[in-house]
Amino acid sequence: MSNNIDLKRGLDIPISGAAAQVTSKTIVPDVVALKPTDFHGLVPRLLVREGDKVLAGSPVMSDKQSPDVLFTSPVSGTVEQIVRGDKRKLLEVRIKADETTSYLDFGVKNPQNMSEDEVKAHILSSGLWPAIIQRPYGIIANPQIQPKAIFISAFSTAPLAADNEYTLAGEFANVQTGVNALAKLSKGGVHVCLNAKTVSSSPFHKIENAVLHTVSGKHPAGNVGVQISHIAPIQKGDTVWTVSLLFVAAIGRLFNQGKVDLTRKIAVVGPKAINPSYVEAVPGIAIKDLAGFYDNSANDLRFVSGDVLTGTSVGQNGFTGFFDDTVTLLHEGTEREILGWAKPFRFNQFSSTRSYFSWLTPSKKYDMDTNVHGGPRAFVVSDVYGKVLPMDIFPVYLIKACLAGNIDDMEKFGIYEVLPEDLALCEFVDPSKNDIQDIISKGIDKMLKEMA
Amino acid sequence: MEENTKQPGLFEKGGKLGFLHSTVDAFDTFLRVPGTVTTKGAHVRDSIDLKRVMILVVIALVPAALFGMWNVGYQHNLATGAQTGFWGTFFFGFWKVLPLFVVSYLVGLFIEFAFAQMHGEEVNEGYLVSGFLIPLIVPVDTPLWTLTLAVAFAVIFGKEVFGGTGMNFLNPALLTRAFLFFSYPSVMSGSETWIALKKGEALLDGATGATPLSLTTEGMDGLVNSGAQYATDMWSLFAGTIPGSVGETSVIAILLGAIILLWTGVASWKIMLSSVIGALCVGWIGTAAGVTDVPAYVQLLLGGFAFGTVFMATDPVTSAQTELGKWIYGFLVGALCITVRLFNPGYAEGMMLAILLMNTFAPLIDYCVTSSAISRRAKKAKVA
Repeated sequence: MSNNIDLKRGLDIPISGAAAQVTSKTIVPDVVALKPTDFHGLVPRLLVREGDKVLAGSPVMSDKQSPDVLFTSPVSGTVEQIVRGDKRKLLEVRIKADETTSYLDFGVKNPQNMSEDEVKAHILSSGLWPAIIQRPYGIIANPQIQPKAIFISAFSTAPLAADNEYTLAGEFANVQTGVNALAKLSKGGVHVCLNAKTVSSSPFHKIENAVLHTVSGKHPAGNVGVQISHIAPIQKGDTVWTVSLLFVAAIGRLFNQGKVDLTRKIAVVGPKAINPSYVEAVPGIAIKDLAGFYDNSANDLRFVSGDVLTGTSVGQNGFTGFFDDTVTLLHEGTEREILGWAKPFRFNQFSSTRSYFSWLTPSKKYDMDTNVHGGPRAFVVSDVYGKVLPMDIFPVYLIKACLAGNIDDMEKFGIYEVLPEDLALCEFVDPSKNDIQDIISKGIDKMLKEMA
Repeated sequence: MEENTKQPGLFEKGGKLGFLHSTVDAFDTFLRVPGTVTTKGAHVRDSIDLKRVMILVVIALVPAALFGMWNVGYQHNLATGAQTGFWGTFFFGFWKVLPLFVVSYLVGLFIEFAFAQMHGEEVNEGYLVSGFLIPLIVPVDTPLWTLTLAVAFAVIFGKEVFGGTGMNFLNPALLTRAFLFFSYPSVMSGSETWIALKKGEALLDGATGATPLSLTTEGMDGLVNSGAQYATDMWSLFAGTIPGSVGETSVIAILLGAIILLWTGVASWKIMLSSVIGALCVGWIGTAAGVTDVPAYVQLLLGGFAFGTVFMATDPVTSAQTELGKWIYGFLVGALCITVRLFNPGYAEGMMLAILLMNTFAPLIDYCVTSSAISRRAKKAKVA
C-alpha cells in the first residue's frame, strides 16, 4: 500500500435499519424511468418518442451542450410516457420493460489495445459516459478535455450505504477492465481509495494499473471529494474526474461482455424498512416494486433514493436514481414533541454533541425521522462544522461566501474542492438548521454561470 | 392536488392577527418542537438546536447567579451590621437582583420580538443568555431606568441593526455594561456601588465598598491590610465572599459553569485556556518588571476576569471563528485585561473593555488566519 490517509474528523450517524448481506429479491422491472434531473446542470435533448421500441443500451437522450454524450435505456422495452414539468422541462422518460431484457451489442473489446479516442467513443456510445463526474462542480465530464487524474472511491461510509464488498463480489474482473479503460483517459492515471479497515480481505487491493491509497476514518472518509483533497487538492483551473466503483464495474462489463448491463444490488435500508436487505435491480425502478419492504398505510413514509444525507426524496410513486444503490425508508417526523429541547433526557434522539446524553450509549442505533428539531437561525456556533469535515477548508466561510454570491470568496474558500455531499454532515450537525447542501449547490450553480 | 381553501389561522400569515405571527410562533415553539420536516439536503438532522445551546449556557450561569444573590445579602450584612440567617441573607439578595432580571428580560425580549415581527422572522433565542448575563455584571443597585436605557441601547445598536443574533460583532451584555459605565459613571463607581443598601441605610464606620480589585491598585499591601469589613485572603477571593458585580465574585461558582460549558462543548476551551495564559503572562511580566507586586495568579481571582473569560469571551458569535484565531483572541483578551489593570489605577476593571476591544478585532484575526491558511495552501500546491 502506498500510503494511508487517516482522517480524524467525521461522524458515523447511528441510524437503524442497516441491510443484512442477503439478496432477498430480484426485481423484474415493470416500468423504469430515466431522469435527467439525476445529472447536475444537464440540459437534455430527447431522442425518442412515446411508443418507440428500445433495447438495453439504445440512446434515449443526449446532452444538448455536448451531443456526443448519450443516455441509454437500462432495459429493453417501449417508451411509455414522457413526463414534463413546468415550462416543458423534461423530468422522466418512462420505459415499459420487456419480460426478458435484450441488449444492444457493442462488441467485446480489450481497452488496453485501444487508443484514448477509441475508448472514449466506446463509452460515449454506450451511455455510460454520464457516470463520469467532473470536479469542480459535479457535472458530467466534458469529453473534449483530458483530466488531471481520475479518482475512484472503492467504499462508502455514508449512513446505511450499500457495501461494495458485497454488491460487487465476483465483479473483480469487470472492475479491473473498467480501471484499464479509465486509465486511457488521463495521463495522471487512476487513483483508487480503499477502506483501510477491510483492505487485506478485500479483492480490490489487487487492482492493477492504478495508484492505490487506503483511507481510514469515519464518514465522510469514503467521499471521493474528501479523498481528493488529501491526495491532490483541486486548484483553480484543475479538472479531475470521479467515477463510482459501481459504474467502473459497469464500464468493465461493457468491454468484457459487449453490452450495457446496469444490473446492480440495491440496499433497501432505514428505520422503516421491513427486513432491510439487498435486491437485484436496474437503476430507475419504481419504488412500488419494493412493496414488500415497507408499510405506508399511514401515509407517513419518506422514500429516499440514495443515502439519508444526500439522497433524493422521490415519493411512493417515484423511481430510483441513476447513481443510487441505496433506498432509504424514513418516517416523516411531523409530530410535535412537547418541551423537546428543554427535556434533560431525550433517549430516542441522537445528538453528536454532549448537550444531550446520547454519548452515554455509543453503540445504540436510533430510529431517526425527518423532523428538523428546530427552526432556521443565523450561524451562531462556530466549531461544530469543522469537526465533521476532514478537509483543509473553512466551511462556514465557504457557506457564507455562497450565500453572498461572492465569486472571489467562494474561490478562496475552496468551492472547487467541494460538492454538496461533502458538507452533508455539516448540515446534519448544524444547530442553526441551515440547508447547507442547498446553499453550496446554489453557489456552484453561480460559479457555473459566471465561469461559462 | 387538494384545493387550498383553508383559511389562514388567526395568528398565521394572512390571518387577522397575522402581524403577531413571530410572537405566537416563539411561544409555540418554546413549548413544542416544531413539526417541520426536512425539505432539502440531509433528510435527518441532529437533535440539537439553538434553544438547547442557549439553555445550557443559562444552566451554567445558575450557580453564579444563586451564589451572587446570597453574596449580595452577605455583603449588605457585613457592611451594615445587620444580622440575618442563611435564607434571610439569600432572599435579601434575591429581591434585590430579581428586578434586574425582570427589567433585563422584559426590555430585551420586547425589542427582540418587535424586530423579529418587523422582519417576519422567527424570534432568536440568543437573548435568553444575554438577558441572564446582564443582571450578573451590573452593580446590584443600578437604577432600573438606567438599566432599561442601557439594555435598549445594547440590543438595538449592538445587535438588531446588524441583523440580530449571529450577525452582531459586540457582546450585547457587555455593551449594556459599557453603556452604563460611560453614560452613568456615578452608577458604576463610588464606594457604595458594589454593596446593596436599603433606603436610609448607611455603611458602618470603617466599612468600605471598595472591591478587592480596586484595593490591589495599591499593591498586595493594599489588599491584605485594607482593613475592609470582608476577608481578603485568597480563599475568600476564590469562594467569592467579596463585593463586586452580582455574578462575578465566586470563582468556584464560575468554574462549575465552566465545567458545564466545556463538557457540553458549548463554549471553546481554547478561548478560556488562552485567556488564562494571556493573563498569567502579562501578570508575570508585571511583577517581574516591578510594576506591581500582585502575583499573576491573584489576578485570575480578582474582579470580572473569571466571569468574563468563561461566559463573555467565549460568546461564539462575537469571538474569533477560526480555531487558531480563538487561541490568539483568547490570549489577547487575558493580556489586555491585566494590562489595563496594571496601568489604569483609576478604573481597574479591564475585562469589559478587553473583551469589547477584542470583539472588534476578532474579524481581523479571522481574516489573517484564513488568508495565511489559503496562501500556505496555494504555495503547497505549487510545490507539489
